Amino acid sequence: MGISVEGASKRFGDFQALNDVSIDVPNGSLTALLGPSGSGKSTLLRAIAGLETLDGGRVLIDDEDVSKKPTQKREVGFVFQHYAAFKHMTVFENVGFGLKIRKWDKAKIADRVHELLRLVQLDGLADRYPSQLSGGQRQRMALARALAVEPQVLLLDEPFGALDAKVRKDLRVWLRNLHDEMHVTTIFVTHDQEEAMDVAGQLIVMNEGRVEQSGTADELYEQPATEFVMSFVGEVNRLGEHYVRPHDMTVSLDRDDGAEEAMVQRIVALGFEVRVEFVLADGTEVWAQLTRAELQKLELREGQIAYLRPGQTKSFSGDVPSPDGHGASTPHGSQDDGDAEVTAAA
Amino acid sequence: MGTASGRRSRWGLRTLGLGYLALLLLMPLVMIFYKTFEDGISPPLEAITSPDGLHALQLSLLMVAIAVPLNTVFGVGCALLLVRHKWRGNSVIDAVINLPFAISPVVIGLSLFLLYGAKGWLGPTLSEAGIEILFSVPGMVIASVFVSLPFVVRETVPVLQEIGTEQEQAASTLGANAWQTFRRVTLPAIRWGVAYGVVLTTARVLGEFGAVSIVSGSRSGETETLPLFVQKQFDNFNTAGAYGASVLLAVLALTTLLAMNVLKRKEDA
Repeated sequence: MGISVEGASKRFGDFQALNDVSIDVPNGSLTALLGPSGSGKSTLLRAIAGLETLDGGRVLIDDEDVSKKPTQKREVGFVFQHYAAFKHMTVFENVGFGLKIRKWDKAKIADRVHELLRLVQLDGLADRYPSQLSGGQRQRMALARALAVEPQVLLLDEPFGALDAKVRKDLRVWLRNLHDEMHVTTIFVTHDQEEAMDVAGQLIVMNEGRVEQSGTADELYEQPATEFVMSFVGEVNRLGEHYVRPHDMTVSLDRDDGAEEAMVQRIVALGFEVRVEFVLADGTEVWAQLTRAELQKLELREGQIAYLRPGQTKSFSGDVPSPDGHGASTPHGSQDDGDAEVTAAA
Repeated sequence: MGTASGRRSRWGLRTLGLGYLALLLLMPLVMIFYKTFEDGISPPLEAITSPDGLHALQLSLLMVAIAVPLNTVFGVGCALLLVRHKWRGNSVIDAVINLPFAISPVVIGLSLFLLYGAKGWLGPTLSEAGIEILFSVPGMVIASVFVSLPFVVRETVPVLQEIGTEQEQAASTLGANAWQTFRRVTLPAIRWGVAYGVVLTTARVLGEFGAVSIVSGSRSGETETLPLFVQKQFDNFNTAGAYGASVLLAVLALTTLLAMNVLKRKEDA
């Protein structure tokens, strides 16, 4: 059951949430809609479910135009960020809700609900109320509830957004495994690029109501189509008109033609990796990702002068506004020295 | 927090609050109970079991039986409209619903009198069709519905706002249509707000005097509810009857409140 959206647009008052968005999600895939808040990703997901009506464009599920169909007839499973658990129902009743609506008989409902509760590892908790569950358990219950009716497609709106870091990571792995078993076409909205890359095979990057780029995690990382994708997917430094990944920075203590003079501002050890923050002569702040061994060899100290040589750089034509990449900033538009030496190699 | 002066001022405030309530609310009620049973149980009992007394009780219960369901259905519907369907007319509806709170019941009675009276806008037409509103049960029902209209709406609106729309949206993605969503998700979630509104509506309808007094004509054994009965007994110096009926009214209202609390506690347990 593939999902397509063609030319979707949606406006809330003065805010253009979706601006002529078209996407294609192949049958059986697990796709992430990735973007910052306000990029339109949740609106797009809700429009696919029929929870939002589009001003223009259409939604196709399995090549059928469902734009005019009400939500309850679209057969989509939907998981909300804040669980949307039915508070007055037990876990059993929550999961069985869709089946009861479909008038299944009691014995069949009980079988199916228990099967699903085993799948989401909640089998002992059927008689609990949602208020007696942890956040992670509630979200798994919500997932079981969505899956109970065997939806054509599964839509998850920031499903792990309200959970703490450890539970998030566990559920990511779990969702990926679940998808490998069920093969239901799944779209999953997140603002967390690491989460998107971890869970999904396909990514669609959105920004300001438009699709910036779609592809695999590798494609987005290696061949970003726009400035926005470059800085949103993965870490990036900006040197004038050029972008360079922090792990593509070569640091040396010897003065070297074509290298930028920079002062070490801060050294942050992050386990195996070390993050070294520099400030260039013109005030630009950049950082380099080194291994512990590299750092020890260089014997870098805070306040020391070093020379940076960017490896692969990338530049984009046009003046697309760039979001703040981590540690990257440009205090002013043009640099009079040094800039010319950082040449595009990509 | 735990200082001596803090404790003293807390106890001071409590005493003040309780004293105020006792003086204004409890003492008059206690006095009525005391006066009612001063000469034993038979005088008040005789008064309320008299034909006029029983008829007044019946009529009061009839008002509750009609006005409360009407206002409950209307109130929940209206609250849904106000909270779930945002449009410009909402602020007007919101203001209009408060009218019965803002206007004195006597004025409400008078306005109904003007509308349905022999020289009113609708009175003559309805009269020709054989429908008498004034000085009969229909008029009293209209007055009761009018004065008790806002309670269910006012109690339901905040609860509806609080539960949000996500549970309802989840129900629709699971295949529930609008009615099924309301029946199985919205209504159970707002039921205690509605229940509280129902209790308040019941108490208001039982106790209504001003508006009903004007439109009913207050004929004993015909168009006399319990509060009107109390007034008439009091005017005729039959204090036993007046106090007896008053206590009955208080007990009826307290019973509804108590019934709700028992139900709620049973469910919370």
